[in-house]
Amino acid sequence: MIWELELILYLFLVISGVVALEVKDLLVAVVMMSVFSFIMALLFISMGAVDVGFTEAVIGAGVTGILFVVVVYQTTRKTKD
Amino acid sequence: MRSQFNSPIIVLGARFLAPYIMVFGLYVIFHGHYSPGGGFQGGALLAAAILLIRVATGRRVSRLQLKEFATTPLAVIGVVIYFATGLTAMIAGGYFLDYGQLPIPGMDPVWLRYTGILIIEVGVGLAVTAILVMIFDNMVKGEDYA
Repeated sequence: MIWELELILYLFLVISGVVALEVKDLLVAVVMMSVFSFIMALLFISMGAVDVGFTEAVIGAGVTGILFVVVVYQTTRKTKD
Repeated sequence: MRSQFNSPIIVLGARFLAPYIMVFGLYVIFHGHYSPGGGFQGGALLAAAILLIRVATGRRVSRLQLKEFATTPLAVIGVVIYFATGLTAMIAGGYFLDYGQLPIPGMDPVWLRYTGILIIEVGVGLAVTAILVMIFDNMVKGEDYA
């Protein structure tokens, strides 16, 4: 893969992870975790592991995001700390 | 899950997108034995399509697609397909999940292995779909959302 594009992907990976940890709104954190998971899937596919990347995109960015959104709606939306 | 307002754009987008995700999930399941993917990934895609309709439209519409009491029997059917294939091969004289020993008349062992892994993928996909939808239904139970 082109190494400049991969560097940009790593940069967005770090940014989305830090935002998901530091943000106060939990719905934003869930969306940022889905973004993290999708960039992770792109990096897996660029390393040649197509099956692992496909599973990560389906499970991490799809089903887990929906389940975390349900959890946020069942509890509170703002963090306390 | 409570919703603040009904948005026709979200409902229309989910209804437009869900059948294509479902067709892609079936493609992944039925081509899982010679391309990336398989029963687990295809079943997760089918579950994602069903969960998209459930999140976007609510209980009254999504019950038309897959009722809540139907998820447990579907999961059981998937697991039974898996173990019935494996134990049939075991009874016919091979090891567990030894597809070459399946007693289907008129098939040579190569074609039997091709068919056996396809049956296993269908069982795994059915179980994964039903169990992921079941987890969602049990999490939103008690609240009439949308």
